[in-house]
Amino acid sequence: MLLEVERVASFYGGFQALFEVSVQVAEGETVAIIGANGAGKSTLLKTVVGLMARTTGTVVFDGRPLGGVPTHRRLGMGIVMVPEGRRIFPSLTVEENLQVGAHQARAGPWNVGRVLELLPALADKRRRPGTRLSGGEQQMLAIGRALMGNPRLLLLDEVSLGLAPIVVRRIYEAMPEIISSGATVVLVEQDVGQALRAADRVYCLLEGRVALQGRSAGLTRQQLSDAYFGMRA
Amino acid sequence: MSGPGVRTSATAPAGPALRVQRATIASRVGLVGGLLAVAVLAAGPLWALDSALRTLIGFFTLLALAQMWNLLAGYAGLVSIGQQAYVGLGAYGLLYLADTRGLNLFLSVLVAGLVGALVAVPTAVLAFRLRGGYFAIGTWVIAEVYRLIISNVSQLGGGSGLTLRAASQFDRTARLFATYELALAVGVGAVVLTYVLLRRRLGLALTAIRDAETSAQSLGVHVYRTKFLVYLVAAFGCSVTGAVIYLNLLRIQPEAAFSVNWTAFMIFIVVIGGVGTIEGPIIGTIVFFVLQETLSRYGAWYLVLLGAVAVLVTLLARRGLWGLVADRTGWSLFPVQRRLEER
Amino acid sequence: MTWLNDVVQGLLLGGLYALFATGLSLMFGVMRLVNLAHGDLSIVAAFIALAIVDAVPVNPLWTVLVVVPLMFGVGYLLQRGLLNFTLRGADPLPPVLVTFGLSIILQNLLLESFSADSQGLDAGRIEDASIRLSDRLAIGWFPLLTLLVAIGVLVGLQLVISRTRLGRAFRATSDDPQAARLMGIDNRHLFAVATGIALATVAVAGLFLGIRTTFTPSVGPTRLIFAFEAVIIGGLGSLWGTLLGGLVLGVAQTLGAQLSPGWGVLAGHLVFLAVLAFRPAGLLGKPVPAQ
Repeated sequence: MLLEVERVASFYGGFQALFEVSVQVAEGETVAIIGANGAGKSTLLKTVVGLMARTTGTVVFDGRPLGGVPTHRRLGMGIVMVPEGRRIFPSLTVEENLQVGAHQARAGPWNVGRVLELLPALADKRRRPGTRLSGGEQQMLAIGRALMGNPRLLLLDEVSLGLAPIVVRRIYEAMPEIISSGATVVLVEQDVGQALRAADRVYCLLEGRVALQGRSAGLTRQQLSDAYFGMRA
Repeated sequence: MSGPGVRTSATAPAGPALRVQRATIASRVGLVGGLLAVAVLAAGPLWALDSALRTLIGFFTLLALAQMWNLLAGYAGLVSIGQQAYVGLGAYGLLYLADTRGLNLFLSVLVAGLVGALVAVPTAVLAFRLRGGYFAIGTWVIAEVYRLIISNVSQLGGGSGLTLRAASQFDRTARLFATYELALAVGVGAVVLTYVLLRRRLGLALTAIRDAETSAQSLGVHVYRTKFLVYLVAAFGCSVTGAVIYLNLLRIQPEAAFSVNWTAFMIFIVVIGGVGTIEGPIIGTIVFFVLQETLSRYGAWYLVLLGAVAVLVTLLARRGLWGLVADRTGWSLFPVQRRLEER
Repeated sequence: MTWLNDVVQGLLLGGLYALFATGLSLMFGVMRLVNLAHGDLSIVAAFIALAIVDAVPVNPLWTVLVVVPLMFGVGYLLQRGLLNFTLRGADPLPPVLVTFGLSIILQNLLLESFSADSQGLDAGRIEDASIRLSDRLAIGWFPLLTLLVAIGVLVGLQLVISRTRLGRAFRATSDDPQAARLMGIDNRHLFAVATGIALATVAVAGLFLGIRTTFTPSVGPTRLIFAFEAVIIGGLGSLWGTLLGGLVLGVAQTLGAQLSPGWGVLAGHLVFLAVLAFRPAGLLGKPVPAQ
C-alpha cells in the first residue's frame, strides 16, 4: 500500500470532523472520495498532508508513519495536494506559480515545459499574473503547480467545483498522462458520475465516517445513493 | 472564567428552568470585600502616614491607567503605545485651566479629562486607519506630535515646563488629602467604569468583536463605532488620571508628561496581571509596586527583568497571573459574562 | 538657493531613513509582523561596531563585514527562537507585546553595558569631505554614500524578491501562507530568513547613523518611528514606496528645521499625518478598499 489511513479522527477546535476513518490506496491506483457537503472529504485530504492541527490514529505513507512530519516535508516525500479553491498566488505570474510548485520538490519527470505541453491553455499566458486567468485555467494552473512537485501521491480537492462541464472534461482528459507519469491519484469529487468514471475505487463518506467502499464498476446506484444520503435498510 | 459564555446560550435548551446569571459566589464575596477595602482606603488620611498616602496615590493612578489600557487592548484589540498622549494632555489641561484660566483646581481635573477625550476624536480618526503593530506605532507618533507642539508653546513653559501655581493656594496637608481622595476615586472609578461598560451592551459587542471581527460585523455590531467609543473612554480616563498625577507632582515638563514609559508601565502591569480581565490590572499593579520597591535599585536590570517577564507571560501564560488563578479556582470577582443556571 | 540646498540635504538624509525602513517593510510584507524593536536593533548594531573599533583600530566602515553577517544571524535566531511563536493564531496582541518588551530589554541592556553617554563612530576624512557645486550648495561624500548604499540595498532586495527562488517563496507566503506550506515552503525558516535580511539592512543603517551623528542606548524608538513614517508615507507593500517615503520624510524634516529649529521632526510627523488623512494607502501603495 502506498497510503494507509488507519482509524483516523480529526478535529476543528472542539468539532470532530472525522471518526475512525480508514482508507487504503495502492500504488498506481486512482481512488475517489465522494460524499455530501460536510461529510469530511476535504478534511481527510487535509489530514493526509498534515494541515489538521488535531488528529488521532495513524497515516502511513509508503511504509513510513507521517505523525509529526510537517506539511512542507510531506511534499518532499511526494505527497502533493491541489487545494480546494485553487489557491493560486496572486503576486506570482503563471510561470512563477509553477516554479513555486517545485520549491522543495523531489526529482521526477515534471518541469515547466512538460506541464505546459500537458496544459497548453496556459502556455501563451505564462507571463500573466496567476489570478488573471479564467476559473478553468486557474484550476489547470493549480494542477500544473502540484505536478511540479513530482507527486507520488496526488490529492485533488474538488477540481471541478464551479466549472463548466466542457472545462471539467478538458481537465479530466489530462488525467491519463498524469497517472502514466507515475502518480497515484486520490480525488475528492462532488460529481459522483465523474468520480466513478475517473476512479478505480470509491470511498463514500457520511458525517465523518466511511459509509461505503468498493470498485467503481461494482457499485449499484442504490448502494451509492443510500450511502450518500445516509439511508440504511 | 465563570462558566459558559454567551455563545453557548444559543445552543442550550431554552426553558423555564434556566435563567441568565452573572453573579458568582466569588463575586459576591468580592463585592463585600471590595466595598470594605474602599471604605478603609477612603479613610486613609486618618490612619496612614503622608509617605504612605503618596505611595498609594502612585498606586491608584497607575491602576487607573492600566485599567484603561486593558479596556483598549484586552477588550477592543486596540494595542496603543500612545496613551502617554493623554497623561500629558491631562497634565497640561490642568495647568492651562487652573493657572491660566483660573478655573477651580479640582474642577480643572475633570475638564482636563474632557479635553483629552476631545483631542482623542481626531486622533482616533487618523490612527484607526492603521492596524495591529502599525496602529501601535501610529498612536506613539501622534503622542510625539502633541509633545512637540506643547514643547513649542512658550506660554506653557516650552521644553522646560512649568510648576502648577494654583496648587499653592492650599496648604500641604489639605492638598495631599484631597489629591489622595481624587487618586482613590480615579483608581476605583476606572475599575467600576470598565466593569459597568462590559456588563452593558458594549461588553457583548466587544466580546463578539474579540471572538470574530468579521462575523460580529455581519451580525450588526458596529465594530468601528464600538472601538471608537472605547478609545474615547480610555482617553478620558488617562487624561483625568494624568491631571491627578501632576496635581501630586506639581512640576510639569513635556518630556516626562508625554514619556512612553507611562504606556510601558501600563503594558507591563496589564500583561503580567492578565490582559482582558478586570482583576488582572489590580493584581498587576500590586505586583508592579512590590517589584519596584524591591528591585528598582538595580536600575536598568530591573527594566530588563520586567521586559523579559512581559515577553514570557505573553507567550506562555497568555492571560497573566489572574488567568492562572481563575483557571485553577474558577473565581471571577467581576463577572461580566452571562451564565445559564438551573433555577 | 538655500532652499535648494535644504532639499538636497533632505534627500541625502532621506536615504538613511529609507535604509532604516527597508527591513520594517520587508518583515511586514512577508509575514505581517511589525517589529517594535527594529530601531533598537539598529542601535545594537552601532554599539557592536563601536566595540569592534575600540578593540581593533580600523575604520568603522570596515566593521560592516562583521556586523552585517552577525545581525543576519541574530535576526534568524530571533525569529526562530522567539518571534515565530507570536504569529500563531490571529491575535494581534502577542507580536506587539513581545517586540515592545524586546525593545525595553535591548535599551536597558545597552544602558548597562555602555552607559547613557553619547557615542560616535569616527570614519575619518570622508565625514567632512564634500563636493562643492556652488557657494551655497555642497554635497557631502558621506551622506551621498549613504543614499547610494540605500538605493543599492533596495534595488538588490527588489531583484531578490522579483527574480529568485527565495523571492518567489517570500511572495507566495505573503499571499497565502497555508498554500505555500503545501508547496513545501517551510514558513518558520522563510520568516527567519526574512528577519535575518531585515536585520542585515538595519545593521547597515545603524552603522551609517553612528558615523553620521552621535547615539545613545535610548535613541532606537526614534529610529523606529522614522522608519515607520517612511513606510506609511511611501505605501505598504512597495519597496520603491519605502525609498520615496524616506526621501519625503528627510526633505520635510530639513525644510521644517529651516523654518524653526524646533520644528524639524514635527514637520516630518505632520507630513506623515497628512498622508494618513488624505492618502491612507501611501504615495505609491495600492488603494485598499474601505473597511
